[in-house]
Amino acid sequence: MAKRGTPPEVNAGSMADIAFLLLIFFLVTTTIGVDQGINRLLPRYEETPAVPPINERNILRVLVNKDNQLLVNEVPMEIAKVRETAIAFLENNGKGTCSYCEGKKDPNSSDSPDDAVISLMNDGQTSYETYITVQNELVAAYYFLRDRESMRRYGKKYTEIEYVANDPASKAVEGLVEELEPKVKKIQDMFPMRLSEAEPKKSN
Amino acid sequence: MPKFKKEKSANVPEISTASLPDIVFMLLFFFMTATTMKDSDLMIENRLPKADQTAKLHKKNYIMYIYAGKPKDNYKSLGAADRIQLNDKISTVADLRSFVITERAERNSEDEKYLTASLKIDKEVKMGLVQDIKTELRKVEQLKVNYTTNQGNPVSK
Repeated sequence: MAKRGTPPEVNAGSMADIAFLLLIFFLVTTTIGVDQGINRLLPRYEETPAVPPINERNILRVLVNKDNQLLVNEVPMEIAKVRETAIAFLENNGKGTCSYCEGKKDPNSSDSPDDAVISLMNDGQTSYETYITVQNELVAAYYFLRDRESMRRYGKKYTEIEYVANDPASKAVEGLVEELEPKVKKIQDMFPMRLSEAEPKKSN
Repeated sequence: MPKFKKEKSANVPEISTASLPDIVFMLLFFFMTATTMKDSDLMIENRLPKADQTAKLHKKNYIMYIYAGKPKDNYKSLGAADRIQLNDKISTVADLRSFVITERAERNSEDEKYLTASLKIDKEVKMGLVQDIKTELRKVEQLKVNYTTNQGNPVSK
């Protein structure tokens, strides 16, 4: 019987080279995902949009000019103040019918969150960055109010509930979407997002 | 006195590189899971604005990408005005309709209602163009949009 020596070692030296090659390939062909952003639902297109009668006090007009300056209800304003202004406007509760609002009940501001409309108007020369910043602040105002209400009722943030309810992957869990959808709907009805965007003025 | 003679080591022991592949594979798997494939080469500048009221986009197969921005330096021939890019082509607003319809046709009807248009627009782009894109999207009933942004607080600069 032949003497058994130590078995010959497999040379793994080139394994590292192969792995490096793969690694570099993936480094070059991929990007780190940045895929998040502000979700919005556009209104349906109509040739002649109907103009519903809205009381002037129920509208918060936000105007951005071509030099990226802001005018809120005819008053110049810093972008940093837009969020609190919008929150105060939305939950002002002038009619006193909204039991979950904590607003000041100013008769010259919005009647109830249901009536309050924020109208955003841009100039054609406004930069996209400014637009997103303003959009972000206005959406933040709605999310702040919705989150607060959702925390009070369900102990969970609205943004979380909404994300799960709209995730296609949630369909795999039995009854999850059915459970969350009424909650999402309920909160949305309490603070409906009435953020309308007027066509920008063409300035040439 | 040989007894105290310093013993010379014959040769330096080799460093074992056996675990090197494991380390590299670990890195490889990290990058494979944490990144997404680039699907098109951008011919335009694309520095996204910042926002913090963001939601993560759902899986990639529910998304169509619309890019807009100024042409990059090596595509100067396209001019200096803001342009739209769909897939690999520089396009006009009029091409959006067929683009959306093709994207829809590629998915089955079950996924269609989740289909979101991800707008990857450079922060220098003027709102006139963005408004044109939005109007066109509304006309083809692609109402779900996502203004794709980088994470960050836009107000504190």
